[in-house]
Amino acid sequence: MSDSTYVGATRQGAEAASVGAIRTRTVVLTLFGAAILLAVLKPWIPSALVRLPEGAILPWADWLDAGFSWLQNDIGLIHVTRTISGWLGFLTDAAANVLYGKARWPRLEALPWSVVAACSAVLGYWLGGWRLALLAGGTFVWTALMGQWRWAMETLSVIAVAVPFGFGIGLLLGMLAWKSRRFEEALRPVLLVLQTLPFYSYLLPAVIFFKVGPTAASVATIVYSMPPMILMTIVGLRKVPPDVVEAGRMSGCTRWQMLRHVFLPSARNEILVGLNQVIMLALAMVVLTAFIGMPGLGAKLLAMMNSFKLGRSFEIGVTIVLLAVTLDRLSKAWVVKQPEHFERGTPWWQRHAFLLLGIATFVLFYLLSQFLPILDEVGRRQSLSRGSEIDAIIKGALGISWVKATTEFIRWFFNIWVLIPTELALLFLPTFTVILAMTGIGYLLGGWFPALIGFLFFAAVAQLGWWDRAMLTLHSTLTAVLLAMLFGMPLAIWAARRARASRWMIFACDTAQTFPSFIYLLPAIMLFGITPITVILAILIYTMVPVVRYTVEGLRGVPREITEAADMAGATRWQKLWKVEFPLAMPTIAVGLNQAFIFAFFMVIIAAFIGTRDLGQEMQRTLAGTDLGKNFTLGFSVVFMALSLDIAINSWARKRREILGQ
Amino acid sequence: MDSDTPVISAENVWKLFGPSPEAYLSRMPAGRSFEEIRSDGYIAGVKDVSLEVAKGEMLVIMGLSGSGKSTLVRCFSRLHDITGGAVRIDGQDIMSLNATELIELRRSKMGMVFQSFGLLPHRTVLENVAFPLEMRGQDRHARRERALEMVRLVGLEGREDYFPRELSGGQQQRVGIARSLAIEPNIWFLDEPFSALDPLIRREMQDEFLRLQDMLGKTIVFITHDFDEALRLADRIAIMKDGAVEQVDTPDKIVLDPATEYVAKFTEEVDKASVVHASVLASDGVPVDGEPVPGDATILSLARRLVEDRSDAIPVSLPDGRTGAMDRKAALAVLFGERE
Repeated sequence: MSDSTYVGATRQGAEAASVGAIRTRTVVLTLFGAAILLAVLKPWIPSALVRLPEGAILPWADWLDAGFSWLQNDIGLIHVTRTISGWLGFLTDAAANVLYGKARWPRLEALPWSVVAACSAVLGYWLGGWRLALLAGGTFVWTALMGQWRWAMETLSVIAVAVPFGFGIGLLLGMLAWKSRRFEEALRPVLLVLQTLPFYSYLLPAVIFFKVGPTAASVATIVYSMPPMILMTIVGLRKVPPDVVEAGRMSGCTRWQMLRHVFLPSARNEILVGLNQVIMLALAMVVLTAFIGMPGLGAKLLAMMNSFKLGRSFEIGVTIVLLAVTLDRLSKAWVVKQPEHFERGTPWWQRHAFLLLGIATFVLFYLLSQFLPILDEVGRRQSLSRGSEIDAIIKGALGISWVKATTEFIRWFFNIWVLIPTELALLFLPTFTVILAMTGIGYLLGGWFPALIGFLFFAAVAQLGWWDRAMLTLHSTLTAVLLAMLFGMPLAIWAARRARASRWMIFACDTAQTFPSFIYLLPAIMLFGITPITVILAILIYTMVPVVRYTVEGLRGVPREITEAADMAGATRWQKLWKVEFPLAMPTIAVGLNQAFIFAFFMVIIAAFIGTRDLGQEMQRTLAGTDLGKNFTLGFSVVFMALSLDIAINSWARKRREILGQ
Repeated sequence: MDSDTPVISAENVWKLFGPSPEAYLSRMPAGRSFEEIRSDGYIAGVKDVSLEVAKGEMLVIMGLSGSGKSTLVRCFSRLHDITGGAVRIDGQDIMSLNATELIELRRSKMGMVFQSFGLLPHRTVLENVAFPLEMRGQDRHARRERALEMVRLVGLEGREDYFPRELSGGQQQRVGIARSLAIEPNIWFLDEPFSALDPLIRREMQDEFLRLQDMLGKTIVFITHDFDEALRLADRIAIMKDGAVEQVDTPDKIVLDPATEYVAKFTEEVDKASVVHASVLASDGVPVDGEPVPGDATILSLARRLVEDRSDAIPVSLPDGRTGAMDRKAALAVLFGERE
């Protein structure tokens, strides 16, 4: 190509780019202009633009109910689900019998707590050395000594059944999606919806189609924990190196042999990461099944929080966190544990040393607990729980005048100056202002597709008929995420400058992300009792984790040569941060932000039991009855709002990555 | 099977990548160039290639990355289905095989070594080597025996129970080689087997490979982007560019008489005297006096004789037992790197 045509081409390219920029600006300004105009002219515009008139809202809930009852009764889905219920019930009962002695098949006695603790310690030692042994053993010792054994085992009995199913079904669906592109394309949107669906919409169908209690809890848990397993399976199978695949084919593998001997073992790591995710999500959900009457740690925590017994709630919270960290670390250690060879001539007992150690430990502690009842079961009187003392300490500390003054001031300040004004503003806005603004944001971030999604999805929210409550939900999430950025970003920027601090920060965030979401309500309730600001605070803490994590990761991920080039160009710290590091880190930060929004939408619904007035509150009410239609219209209001943000932010991040060549 | 039948024969083989390659190939005008095909939205991985590999011969396919050499070898083993033409293995058209027959062919006749080894990370050295045997259902004891033999052959005794990640790159490739030989294949494909290794190890592995080839005498298709490696190993070299074969010939002929400018670029830097053999420069029938030099001696190794002997022609003993005459001036021209 000659020089002149080359110059011509770049000039054309530049012109096309600037034309594109001008068009974006025009479209965005028009949309936002129209939105603002509608808001300003609110008193004069037709009321149909302010709020969708009652008559225009279709009876979605009734139609859904009709659909569900057709599925349930006419098609006879209920018989299928009841059969599955029977089987699942049988399995959970068996697990419950082994773990805490529920009087069901196989009618063994409950395992002594010391046996469980000691064997977990051996498992921990095998997977990750003495630190993990201490963590795993210690968790169960703590649980037993605190007198929470039975509740913990109730929780674990559901996990023990739900995790294998979530893993197995997820693996199967993942393999199908990997084999068939069409199936994957059909599955993707379903997974997106499942990711943003509020947990009440998992619980109510589970209760209606399956039996209340452990069965419904396991069904909700299985469905909730499955999506990442599917995704990780697809990722893992796609990532098998072509050389390995071809080596398999050249070795004359049949299709089944390819899958069994080549693909699945090569995707081992991703599949095990998927298992880790299944376990963690299962724990998060099983704690929440307290809302449908599943006994266990979640139910106790809920009861204690409701009756404001902070000390006991704190102890249960610690147990749940310890369990989460233990399960997470054990399963992650399994991911990185590589097979190792033994020297020739190693005797069999050395090859299987850990298995033998495990069996010996089991037998030893089982026998010991026959003679020492304390090792079998820690009685009510013997437990070391100091609930009421801790309660007194917490309440005392919060009662100190300056602490009290501070919390009261924060509460007053945020209520009067932040929450109430912004909430009123959002409620004041005409429906069409919000829809247009979301369309504009979508266009600004990702072009016409997110814009269209923003328009359609927010129009759908209006159409579903819970607009004001949806705005309250949106308000809580937006405020909390913005505050999380306000507090989290400076913290992350500070940490990102230091290698050690960054490592610690990411470690802390990764650990915090394994905590079941329910736990995050605890500190908020401790500090502010049961008030609107508690909800915001809980979401704030919960969403700060991804914000901080991904900001640190993004800033640390900026290549060394680029920051060095900036230094050599004479950039000051701030210039470097604003002109070099942030632009390059933004795609990663956007991922964190996106996660923060999804977390926020999840948490705001959980917070319903504190007494919000939003969609979550209505959803919680549906749990008492069989209003599946209403539950779903509410649930999908949340899904639509969360997904339009998700799609807009993701397409922005994708575009930025393309431009940056990342 | 007739012993003259080439082990591998490719006849006008095409491999196009794109939305509907067969349809495009059938309506594509003849003589369309790589670039023109690309502007039509297709990539010509292999473009109208015809060549044959005889029994026991080592054909090296040489080309830069993207020249289609890996694609071509995958057409020979039907890891790729070809778009047009025919590939025959021992006279059998492999595109006509069904899935079971193809698996049977690979289980009995073909071995392949890969650039990044393609070892299964969850299997030990021994289990990796035994893998093709396991796939064809050989019993545990027999496959263990055979795999141990192969491990010994490539010099990895004592490492049988190691996992791939515990081995160095060179050792991993030895496992790859042992695995590809486990089923005693007639045809051995090697796709840039030494490219991922560092230069010292590469040299060592080439020597090792030549030793194995001397011992086993397989029919080999060897792929490389390294012209020196090609010269060192090949019976014949096929040089590829943009999916097409530019020249197929013995190393001597390619060095002495590059067919295209593209080929000439590779040969420019080569020390021809160390590649060209006396037999290539010898002509038949002219009786010459003196002690004949061996035909497989390189011109470089004959330097002293060429300079000191004053006669016009030097006798060469040819492989078929007769004696030929080598023009001393022509040999000196090769020795001093003069252009003709």
